[in-house]
Order: sequence, then structure tokens, then C-alpha cells
Amino acid sequence: MLSLSRQSWLEILAEAWKVYPLEACGLLMAESARSGQSSSGQTGLDKPIKVFRPIHNAAQSSRIFQLDPMEYMKAERAADDAGLEVVGVMHSHTHTAAYPSPTDVAEATKPLVPPTWHWAIVSLAWGYPELRSFRVAEGQGDWSTRSGIAEERVWLNG
Amino acid sequence: MSEISVRLPTVLRPQANGQSSVNVTGSTVGEVVDGLVADYPDLESNLLDDGGAVRKFINIYLNDEDIRFLEKLETPVVQGDEVAILPAVAGG
Repeated sequence: MLSLSRQSWLEILAEAWKVYPLEACGLLMAESARSGQSSSGQTGLDKPIKVFRPIHNAAQSSRIFQLDPMEYMKAERAADDAGLEVVGVMHSHTHTAAYPSPTDVAEATKPLVPPTWHWAIVSLAWGYPELRSFRVAEGQGDWSTRSGIAEERVWLNG
Repeated sequence: MSEISVRLPTVLRPQANGQSSVNVTGSTVGEVVDGLVADYPDLESNLLDDGGAVRKFINIYLNDEDIRFLEKLETPVVQGDEVAILPAVAGG
């Protein structure tokens, strides 16, 4: 489940519109467990999102995104200072549904992308923004397809 | 040899006992990376390929500057410098 405030939800949709016709991207942050085990994904998978932080799309493309590495680094530092940690990534699809593309699956299953990360995707393909969220990792998804994609509920918590 | 602070993003902390920042000695960025991997062997396969080169999708910064625009792994480091290591995050 992706639990977030209406404020964060609006910020995410606004960022997608703002960057259109290019793909937008950003990071989702939740309270850090400070235990050193929080990012291993054993517990607290559905901690509510406290901050959405837009990140410049270094690819400057309407088809792909790449988090600007420098902004990513600064976001990590800001998260540390605020007692938060990165728990997911958001990006927009300008021409297709809010569903992980083959490129998304390939990138999400790379070694350093935690299988616990939320993959929040905003589609602008239909003229109105639609936000859906997924877990994308080996073994995720329907048993019959093993697509690596499991949709999760988006829950507005206030 | 100087003691250098290496900042690790959330995704690399499980391989470094959960620490967000660790101290490693070295006189170049390359030595710092070698020292880091020596101290935390679980990081090695994430950071380095089979030939020991830094993986393409790993970005290394010295004081907020990409080392690709400095002297790469040969970039000298001095006491008080901060090295940051980050994976590329991308999609379609």
C-alpha cells in the first residue's frame, strides 16, 4: 500500500503536469526506522509517505527518466537531516498507462534498487492525471504470470 | 593518507551495517573505494564488476562534484573531503 497525504498526492500530480511533455520523476520519503534494518524491507513496508521530493529528469525525455544524480544525492542528505529515508520513486508516463513499462521492470530489478521500493507512476496519456503504485521485483506479481509487477493500493491518509 | 567520510544512500546501507556514513582512509578516490570495499565486503559486488572496475551505474562524487569531471578514481582526496556513492535510478 502506498499511503500518502492529499498534499503529497497533489504535489506528485502537479509535478507530472509541470514537467510535461517530458517525463517527471521524484523520490518518496518516509520516516526512517533508524534501526539500520529499515531498508532491508523486513518491516514497515507501508510507512506513510511524509515527503515527495521532485528530482530533475537528467534524461530530459518523454520516454525515459533518470534521476539527476546530484539532486538524488542532495535528497538523500536532506532525508537524513530530517530523519527520513527514501522508500520509493515516482515518475510519469506521457503516452502510456500508469503501469510499469518493460524498461521500468528492467531498471527496478537491478541489484541496487530495493525490491521494497514503491514505484508510483502518473499517467497523463488520457488527458487527466492518474496515479497508481506498484512493487516491482523478482517474484512479485500474479503466480500465473510472474511478471515481477504487483499493484498496490494508493491510500490517501489525510 | 587521509581519513575521508563516505556518504552512503539508503540503498547501500544494508551492506554497511546500516550506517549512513563511514570513515575510510586513502589518498585518492580509488583508494577510498578500495578501502570501503575492504571494510564492507558486501558492498563489493554492488560497486565493482568482476574485473574490479566501478560499475557503470554507480556515480561517485567528491564534495558534490562528479569524479568523471575530475580525475576519476585518481582524484586526490584530503582530510575533510566527503565522498558520496550513488546508484543511477532510471526507468521508462
